This record gives sequence, structure tokens and C-alpha cells, in this order.
Amino acid sequence: MPIEKSMTVNGLRPDTWVDQYADYLFNYAYARVSEEEIAKDLVQETFFAGLKSAKNYKGTASERTWLIAILKRKVIDHYRKVNSSKGKAEVRMQYNPNSDSAGDWLEEQVADPYAELESTAMENEELGLAIQECIAKLPKKQSRVFTMKTIQGISTEDICKELEINPSNLWVMIHRARTALMGCLNENWFET
Amino acid sequence: MIPCEKAAIICSKAQYSEASFLDKLRLRLHIMYCKTCHAYTKKNKRLTSLCQKAPLHSLSEQDKVEIKRRLTDIH
Repeated sequence: MPIEKSMTVNGLRPDTWVDQYADYLFNYAYARVSEEEIAKDLVQETFFAGLKSAKNYKGTASERTWLIAILKRKVIDHYRKVNSSKGKAEVRMQYNPNSDSAGDWLEEQVADPYAELESTAMENEELGLAIQECIAKLPKKQSRVFTMKTIQGISTEDICKELEINPSNLWVMIHRARTALMGCLNENWFET
Repeated sequence: MIPCEKAAIICSKAQYSEASFLDKLRLRLHIMYCKTCHAYTKKNKRLTSLCQKAPLHSLSEQDKVEIKRRLTDIH
């Protein structure tokens, strides 16, 4: 069953998945496997699995939430595979990365100096996903220009060449995209 | 004085350090008098710092085209 334009399966719209969710899922996966190629494969596998099980979609969760749930499983499967290829699952608990000694008790670490760092990382990931969610809501061309310029850091000249637009078009699109993002991102992020 | 629309575009250019010296001067003069653009500039700068703070990644357009093609091929 090839995907055709505006095909709907059980309320899902697989033909829009890549444009709508690929970067969102990619950010989520990248944060967990830290390797671009693997993250990319996981995103692709997620779409395949989603297409295969589309008939089981009940519509209680949003399309994105449903795809994220599939991706989560894929990430777990990935780590299972990595671990089993090592012979057995390896769980190493290193509660003090700065110390080689294995026998210090947790009491020594009542105030965990890494807790704050970790919560900042989690907050930043949450921010990243919120930004991707807003980018996905932009008109296709705006989201593409914004992503190329802001995330991929491609030069104005190269973007104009690739998309066959002139610099003033580009800046108008960037400006519109930024204005839309300011409106879309939760006000909380703008409180300093 | 430059119109607000133009000021806003210069402001977005400035977020990528691509506004000319003269443009930046025009923008500065504009926001001295225009509260709306003053607030807009502040928010735009904040958006820049948010985008830098967040670990943002994206797939290239080729990757997306490739995934779309494979999705279309499977049964």
C-alpha cells in the first residue's frame, strides 16, 4: 500500500510524517543515543513501525505522542541489542565520575553536585523539543529556511542558491518564522 | 525614520550578525522611539539565546527525501 497524497489511515496522515515530525523525533533520539547515524535510523524505523501498526492507532493520543511512544521502544531495543552483542547487559554504576575508588558509600555524596547539571540538560532538551514543535507548525518553506539558517548554520548565499530565492526573500521568511516562533513558544521560556 | 516592518527585518538579520553597520544604527534610532519594536527586539534576542541553549539537531533535506521515498516504497 504505497503512500498517496493525503492518504489517511485510521486518522493518521503518514504522508505528512516526515515534514511534521522527523526533526522532532530526531532531536529526541539524538539526545538518547548521541550518534547521528543511529538516531537517523531509529527515526526511520519509527515511521516504518508506525505505518505497519497504523491500524492499531486508537486516536486517544496525538499522532506525535503515538510516534514518540514507538520511538521510545526503538531506543530501548537499540540498547538491548548493543548490550546483548557485548555478551551480556552491562550495568555499571559510577556514582562519582571523578573518583576511581569503587567502594565509597553514597552517604559521601549527600549533595549531588551533578543533579543541577542534569536538570539543566533536561530542561534544555525540553526546550529543544518545544522549539521543534513550533518549527513544524510553520509553513513548509519558512520552516526549511529557518532550519537551514539557524540549526544547520548554512550561509545566506548558499541557502539562496539552493532554494532559488533572493536575500530579501530569505530575510522576510526568517523574520516571519521568528515572529511566529515567538508567538508559539510558551511565555515561560521568555522569562529571564 | 524607517518603518516598523523594516526595523523588524533588520532586527532578525542582526540575530545572525548579518545586519550592516548603517542598518544597525537605523534600528537603534527606531527603537529609541518605538516601544513595540523595542519589545520585539528584546524578544528576538531572547529567541536567539534559546535556540543556542537548546541542543537543536535536524535531518538534512536529502535524508528527509530518502526517508519519504522508502516510506512510499514499503507495503
